[in-house]
Amino acid sequence: MPAKEVISPPSRAPPLETGVRMRLKVPLAMAGLALVAAACGSPATTEEGPQTIRLLTHDSFAVSEGTLEAFEASTGNTVEIIRAGDAGTMLNQAILTKDNPIADVIFGIDNTFLGRALDENIFQPYTAEGADTLADDLQADETVTPVDFGDVCLNYDKAALGALGLSPPESLSDLTSPAYAGLLVVEDPGTSSPGLAFLLATIDEFGEAGWEQYWADLKANDVLISTDWEAAYYGEFSGGAGQGDRPIVVSYASSPPAEVIFGDPRPLVAPTAVVEAGCFRQIEYAGIVTGTTIPYAAGQLIDFMVGIEFQEDIPLNMFVFPANTNASLPQEFVDFTTIPAAPATMTAAAIDQGRDRWIRAWTEVMTG
Amino acid sequence: MDRSHDRVMKAQRSTQRWLFALPIAFLTTFFVYPIVRIMAVSFSGDAGIVDSFSTVIRTASLRGTTWFTLWQALASTVLTLIFAFPAAALVGRYQFRGRRLFMASLTVPFVMPTVVVGAAFLALLGPDGPLGVDLRRSVTAILIAHVFFNYAVVVRTVGGNWANLDRTTEEAARVLGAGQWQAFRRITLPQLMPSIRAAASIVFLFTFTSFGVVLLLGGFGINTIEVVIFREATVNLDLAVAGALALIQMVGVAGAVYAYGRSGRQATERSVSASGVVLRPIRGFPARFLQLAALGISALLLAVPLGGLVVRSLTVGGGLGSANFSSLFSPDRTAVVTAPWQAIFNSIQIALGATVISVVIGTLLALAIAQRPTRLSSTMDALVMLPLGTSAVTVGFGFLVAFDWPIDLRTSPILVPIAHALIAVPFVVRTTLPVLRAVRARLREAATVLGASPRRVLALIDLPIVSRAALVGAGFAFAISMGEFGATAFLVRPDRPTLTTAIFRLLSKPGDATFGQAIAMSVILMVVTASLVAAIDRFRVGNLGEF
Repeated sequence: MPAKEVISPPSRAPPLETGVRMRLKVPLAMAGLALVAAACGSPATTEEGPQTIRLLTHDSFAVSEGTLEAFEASTGNTVEIIRAGDAGTMLNQAILTKDNPIADVIFGIDNTFLGRALDENIFQPYTAEGADTLADDLQADETVTPVDFGDVCLNYDKAALGALGLSPPESLSDLTSPAYAGLLVVEDPGTSSPGLAFLLATIDEFGEAGWEQYWADLKANDVLISTDWEAAYYGEFSGGAGQGDRPIVVSYASSPPAEVIFGDPRPLVAPTAVVEAGCFRQIEYAGIVTGTTIPYAAGQLIDFMVGIEFQEDIPLNMFVFPANTNASLPQEFVDFTTIPAAPATMTAAAIDQGRDRWIRAWTEVMTG
Repeated sequence: MDRSHDRVMKAQRSTQRWLFALPIAFLTTFFVYPIVRIMAVSFSGDAGIVDSFSTVIRTASLRGTTWFTLWQALASTVLTLIFAFPAAALVGRYQFRGRRLFMASLTVPFVMPTVVVGAAFLALLGPDGPLGVDLRRSVTAILIAHVFFNYAVVVRTVGGNWANLDRTTEEAARVLGAGQWQAFRRITLPQLMPSIRAAASIVFLFTFTSFGVVLLLGGFGINTIEVVIFREATVNLDLAVAGALALIQMVGVAGAVYAYGRSGRQATERSVSASGVVLRPIRGFPARFLQLAALGISALLLAVPLGGLVVRSLTVGGGLGSANFSSLFSPDRTAVVTAPWQAIFNSIQIALGATVISVVIGTLLALAIAQRPTRLSSTMDALVMLPLGTSAVTVGFGFLVAFDWPIDLRTSPILVPIAHALIAVPFVVRTTLPVLRAVRARLREAATVLGASPRRVLALIDLPIVSRAALVGAGFAFAISMGEFGATAFLVRPDRPTLTTAIFRLLSKPGDATFGQAIAMSVILMVVTASLVAAIDRFRVGNLGEF
């Protein structure tokens, strides 16, 4: 799409100057447009006038007041948010209604579920304006646009490890050594999304041949399994807001800054920290629903979601990191956490093929 | 004489049909139809119904899960009956100061989000808790939590029925020399049996499909069928296996309901006082002992964990203070939550909707069932319990595939109160039916002999009695909706924050302040619910006195 060099991402440009109309000004873009139209199997998308865009999203979706209103003011569209439960529930709901969609845009399907979503063709091809500002390693497929990412990482309670005279673990293997016996709490990958992410990190690290043995060793080292993140973090973890007695937990890279921002009283430094090894990167995508009657307006919303204004609003609302490389981070996200340099990643297809089998095998190892 | 008898029978039949029309339409549209549709979709994929069932049967762990689901539900039911009976006797027989407040506050556990209760229980059941034993991640913890959640079902159902008993037989027995215990065992207990069985059946179904409590308190490896359905549907994305499990669960529930129905055939003529409630003041040793026992158990079971939450909500950075509440209401509250007023308003609106729907449908059903024992009425009597034993995923996804035609209701806000009402209707039916059945047949016969048409009998005798009983069910319906039991999580719904979704949002962010605010929000939920249930309890129909 050569047109991209010409168009800077205009998050608040007047409606006539955005999207397809703008591209038409560039002759070369004509070819690209024709390709997109052919891929859609529908006539060229043109402006439909002000529309109500139905945005299906999960329970954790949050934006600051005024952010979506800015989009509505600049485009004349209205955004109607529809809530769907957690990401897996939402994906199922989208699949069940794909013949007669309940939404025009879906946000919040992550890379652990993306393969299934692509198999079911619930999204139609779309390249967001400003897609070139999004980190390359987050891109997955021509139908979906990465909006944010969050690294699932081990967090530790600084004070508690210090009191034990232990240094924080430096690798996943450290956790199986006797020194760390009885210190770790993880989430069940069968019920929890960070739990699944951590399982994938161990599979990435130890390979198909070794990961089951690693978990058997963790089990021998008295790992504790919680149902979900809330139960693990608040119920079993000792650091920060946690009320439990385990100093190491599977949580997010954004948890230490959250402990500062929501600390009461607000601490000067985070009481918890992130282990950089053994992280898994969850990436959340947005896509235009196949069969929507308003693809143009739906595209405008996706363009907006990867634009600077929305992207810079993400960290403090959803506690994940913006996909847009130009977006600047809140100071707490700079001071109190690190973005792991080499988190585990897997293709959506690989995750989709393995997920069910891995979870069953894991359950076998941990209950056996 | 024969001809007039025929005429009465005919009129009765038509009255019954007329009463059944709306409830049957409601249950068919919002329960049977969506379930049939989602089952059809689930089994239409590559893995058909046979494959899915064989997968389920081959999976070894499932036998264990089924067995566990069954026995923990039975154990929870028996334990709840035992622990709640003293309090039921207390509110059923005696007037004491704070009785109404006591009855209302019992419903609070019903609305508490499982995560919040889980946190309270984990603090109490941990090694540093007052019990001094580590009961975390144990079946014992699940059973204790089930008694906690269902305590009110037994106290309000049995106690409510007790207060309405006709005391003349018991008093006659006492006059004739029967001891207090003998009079209770021979006269009162048989009179109470229908309501005891009603309460037991509800507790059984609730715990049979227990989800959050099992996930949170049971620890890894302890599952109910409901938990496995959830995993298959939302994590493994295998709707066929989830559907097979949901069918197995429904068959189990239907079997239990059928057995319950059969065991109830004999119990028919019970007496109820049509003149209102006579409660005695507490005097004498047995009464005082009962009061002590009932309040003691209630305090241990309910007040301690809930009180712990109140204390936690007022704890700020190690000391006491109201910062958790004030920060919720301050305009610069942490980004994640809408104004509490908005959430309170939305929750109450939905809950009132659910209450109205379930009281109308439930009362009509109870009246129809009580008209005459027919095959239809005994079928409906059992069928109405099924929603309690149906997995929330099935209902939620069923709505989604069923309601796109003729009007697209799939994202409509009315599905939320309707889903809540499906779960609340059985409560209304179960609390009103024992009372209605107990209306002395004589009373009706007398009215009929005196020339009243079945419709007049309905209006003059059944309706006043049923409206008192329906209030107990209404309180439950309101509380159920405020606490948003399972089903809502699987509905797509417009973005209208309620108290429970606000609590969920707060809990999903780390940090002392958000945790404190989540607990504060739960305390608000507690207070709002208890006051409104108390208000519903207070509501008088005509001058029929209190229930």
